[in-house]
Amino acid sequence: MNLEKLKEIVRTVLPSVDVVIGYKKGLDALHPVPCFLTSPDEIDALVLNPACMHNLAAYLPSLKNRAAVVVKGCDSRTVVQLAQEGLIKRENVVVIGVPCQGAVSVRKVLSAIDHQPVIEASFENDTVVIKTKKGEARLALRDVAPDKCLACRYPTPVVADHLAGEEVEPKIDEKTAYQEIREFDARSLEERRAYWMAEFDRCIRCYACRNACPLCVCRESCIAETRDPHWMSQKATQNEKMMFHMIHAIHLAGRCTECGECERACPMGIPVARLKKKINMEMKELFGYEPGISMDDKPPMYTFKVEEEKIEEHKIR
Amino acid sequence: MSVVEGKELRIVGFLCNWCSYGGADTAGVSRFKQPTDLRIIRVPCSGRVDPLFVVKALISGADGVLVSGCHPRDCHYSDGNFYARRRLEMLKRFLPFVGIDARRFHYTWVSASEGQRWQQTVTDFTSLIHELGPAPLLPQNKTLPKEARA
Repeated sequence: MNLEKLKEIVRTVLPSVDVVIGYKKGLDALHPVPCFLTSPDEIDALVLNPACMHNLAAYLPSLKNRAAVVVKGCDSRTVVQLAQEGLIKRENVVVIGVPCQGAVSVRKVLSAIDHQPVIEASFENDTVVIKTKKGEARLALRDVAPDKCLACRYPTPVVADHLAGEEVEPKIDEKTAYQEIREFDARSLEERRAYWMAEFDRCIRCYACRNACPLCVCRESCIAETRDPHWMSQKATQNEKMMFHMIHAIHLAGRCTECGECERACPMGIPVARLKKKINMEMKELFGYEPGISMDDKPPMYTFKVEEEKIEEHKIR
Repeated sequence: MSVVEGKELRIVGFLCNWCSYGGADTAGVSRFKQPTDLRIIRVPCSGRVDPLFVVKALISGADGVLVSGCHPRDCHYSDGNFYARRRLEMLKRFLPFVGIDARRFHYTWVSASEGQRWQQTVTDFTSLIHELGPAPLLPQNKTLPKEARA
């Protein structure tokens, strides 16, 4: 993550676009927020560090103008997927790629420092240094990384018009990327059921996961909220909570780019991205498809083959 | 959905209008004996079956869900069942992840002339669901959490 290089790129790109979407300092150094640059004077406000978690590509479908966007490896997949589905025009977007060594989860950092107000935060190679009233805490980046980074296969953006920094080699290969899901699959049906029941039980149905999701594009027609068709009631029961998460997961089948925004946004810490990761694993196995990798791919649920190589007819027993 | 308590379980069937619904009709007209647990919902095409129909039925207390359409290549709308096959296969692999027994959901292809095949499908599926017993209900209205997990 090279801030000076990024500023340089933004300076050259800014005249040719209407807006540049990047990060600036938020309430403290641990909480950068998205910012929309329109004039060169604002460039110096840009920040770039592992706490820059937001997937800025999520803003693209709602922008009518030509925009440049700062993306990490995972976010770049979102750009590809959005373009694949015709939700944005690739030629209207200038992609500024940032090779990424791994982000930090603000939630994990705060819990490690006992939710003290952050006075200062700085990021060294693989350490996060947080100053609070109680003193200085040095945390290893790996310990406070969001789950998605621990299984990241695309630290370097898959698509980029400009690259701010050197390419980063992925530490994870195809086999180990879904290790966590395979381990979970190995548990018994009852265990898996109990696990999700406990997780969904905490859901407050705030829909933050859906609102943060860059690929949830139904907006006000989302069937979790429409009255016609009336898929779900307003009751706070386990049924409705589970149904909501099923809607989110299944509507993202073969589309989720694993940017982890749903998990970041969840105020209850429910591992919602896991559901989508499981489906992605199956998509890879069934159709050899990974969302957001190549502009020429077609999402597997939008197409079919007359003879499916991997799908066999099921017997009842 | 009413059932004969103690004898019947709730099985929901989504049948395409052109093949499987006709197949079920053929089975009826031919007076084949069939279990009575299945409640049929007629849909225009298996491509109309949203995987969420199945999920909604299972979450709402169905003990089993059966989806049946035209054989591949025989779709009345030429390609509806090809899409259905991909979606339903995705669902079948996803359900166990959240703790729903994948055996409670089955999808198959039955044509309008296959009354015998329909009878066999319904009989086998119903007996499997009876072996599995009633689906475990979701815990209802549990208390809200006191604090969010850090």
